[in-house]
Amino acid sequence: MDLFEYQGKQYFARYGIPVSPGGVADTVDEAVAVAQRVGYPVVLKAQVKVGGRGKAGGVKLASDAAEAATHAGAILGLDIKGHVVKRLWVEHASDIAREYYASFTLDRPNKVHLGMLSAQGGVEIETVAVESPDAIATLAIDPVVGLDVATARRWCAEAGLDEEARAGAADLLVALYRCYTEGDCDLAEVNPLILTPEGRVHALDAKVTLDDNAAYRHPEWEEFRATETDDPRERMARERGLNYIGLSGTVGIIANGAGLAMSTLDVVNQVGGSAANFLDIGGGADAGVMAAALEVINHDPSVRSIFVNIFGGITRVDEVARGVLEALGRVEITAPIVLRLDGTNAVEGRAILAPHLSERLVTEPTMLDAARRAVALANPQGES
Amino acid sequence: MSIFVDESTKVIVQGLTGSQGRFHGLRNRDYGTQVVAGVTPGKGGTDVEGIPVYDTVAEAVAATGATASFVVVPPAFASAAIVEAAQGGITFIVCITEGIPAHDEARTYNRLVEEFPGVRLLGPNCPGVISPGKCNIGITAGEIALPGGPVGIVSRSGTLTYQALYELSRQGVGQTTCVGIGGDPVPGTNFIDCLSAFEDDPDTKAVMMIGEIGGSEEERAAEWIAAHMTKPVVAYIAGVTAPAGRKMGHAGAIISGSKGTAQAKMAALAAAGVHVCQNPTEAGEKMVELVRAL
Repeated sequence: MDLFEYQGKQYFARYGIPVSPGGVADTVDEAVAVAQRVGYPVVLKAQVKVGGRGKAGGVKLASDAAEAATHAGAILGLDIKGHVVKRLWVEHASDIAREYYASFTLDRPNKVHLGMLSAQGGVEIETVAVESPDAIATLAIDPVVGLDVATARRWCAEAGLDEEARAGAADLLVALYRCYTEGDCDLAEVNPLILTPEGRVHALDAKVTLDDNAAYRHPEWEEFRATETDDPRERMARERGLNYIGLSGTVGIIANGAGLAMSTLDVVNQVGGSAANFLDIGGGADAGVMAAALEVINHDPSVRSIFVNIFGGITRVDEVARGVLEALGRVEITAPIVLRLDGTNAVEGRAILAPHLSERLVTEPTMLDAARRAVALANPQGES
Repeated sequence: MSIFVDESTKVIVQGLTGSQGRFHGLRNRDYGTQVVAGVTPGKGGTDVEGIPVYDTVAEAVAATGATASFVVVPPAFASAAIVEAAQGGITFIVCITEGIPAHDEARTYNRLVEEFPGVRLLGPNCPGVISPGKCNIGITAGEIALPGGPVGIVSRSGTLTYQALYELSRQGVGQTTCVGIGGDPVPGTNFIDCLSAFEDDPDTKAVMMIGEIGGSEEERAAEWIAAHMTKPVVAYIAGVTAPAGRKMGHAGAIISGSKGTAQAKMAALAAAGVHVCQNPTEAGEKMVELVRAL
């Protein structure tokens, strides 16, 4: 789960990482009120989960209430790469002497944690990474050992951070590492990490991705869930406990297993169609889960056909068949359904569906045949 | 022959008294696997359909001589169970648990490497391993596998593993061993471990490899294949149409920036001389064609 900047800063603050005083605002009035509270000058920052917001006009400085109101009005509702700004983070503007970069993430090939630190932080860090990779000091951290202050200090020196920043930066890095590990982050990134003219070091931005698998031991993540997605299809699926990702095509997809679901998307694409979603009903899904999955897909107005691709392992195909009938009895499914059923209890499953087959409910013997049929039904003019 | 497990492998099930452990443990035994004991703290002295249950792995190993463990416990307890297995003398651990936090996996993996270098972990979040006709540890439906070789299978995805077994078996092409390495970010066993074992196994004549988006294990496997593999490899990579930045079900299946795309993996494998196929059916057909020509 990706966090908004303001959520990331709140998360950082839990672990003692210094951030600027600020607050969120959903309206111009709220923005001015927060600005009064934290004191001018303030920075108003669009809260969107996409990069490049500064260049898109989503970050503005204001020195009084009139300016704050003008900027808040301009940023709220702004479309930044398809993300409409609904919320601002307003914080007291910091004086900046130097801008650094710091992050922790998992080094998957080497199966250890990877710290990255650079004295050349700011908006151009990706260019720095490509053009002068030596400007980024990497640190491999054994997850069993962790990161201590002495190591962090040596790392700050190696990265070329200014002398007066090193002590504060080392403490911040240790706190950030603790946030990354104990806070179960996939990514904890600060860009820029700033040094103020007074010699203080703090996080001016926060990019945090949380590991969904760790949600069971973080009840405090519940509030982040509410703002996780704007896609009504994804909200509906989440309420039903389904592993769903909305896409922009016309063929609704239901499969068991993440690999098979991905493969189903690919095959639909290969035969000239496009998937409306990714939906993995998981292993051992029963009739109720199957019915819920069909209901979520049915709710998507762009879906013109539904491809159900099941290879029964732990999942029993007869249960899937019962779920299809349950859904058909419960709601009116508007798009035709194409099923490909194989594996555990496939014969029983096909027998359950046999009396109900029609031009709205068809079966095909293979994944490829079923994909072709579903795409033909979604593109009746024969666009493919 | 086969890799990792065979008819002589003695297996304990950690979590045998739970509903999942019982279901799959008994299914594995019915397949012919030597399931010799279960382990559940506090349930020592009981049994599950004749399989004795012990409080600790060490006790179970002392009593039965088991060398392999099947870990079927919830995510919050899986890491401790894996470490206990290694401490108790188990050398091959299969963990099917889905949903273990990545930080726990990273710590457990490194603990095993540092303290128990002779121990192999398969998974977590994998379907397990089956050497058809000999031994099945995990959740694969044994009836879709066909004994006798000559194909070895290694896969990151559970259902696509079943699909691969099915495509080969229905055409009469058997398997030596089928290994599901799992879809998490820190797998205990990777493609190269399996490719290397298949290369050394005289009965395996060709290998089917099924990858997916995310990480760079497929690219590393491609390098290894180019340098060391003499046997033909057929590959399929899922997720060509997956969007960047969204986890496609598996915790490890995510494209970050330009890294981890299916296209890059397919190109790397093709450059290493691997037969790269566009879908599971095509991969199955290609493998059948290769095996028939052997």
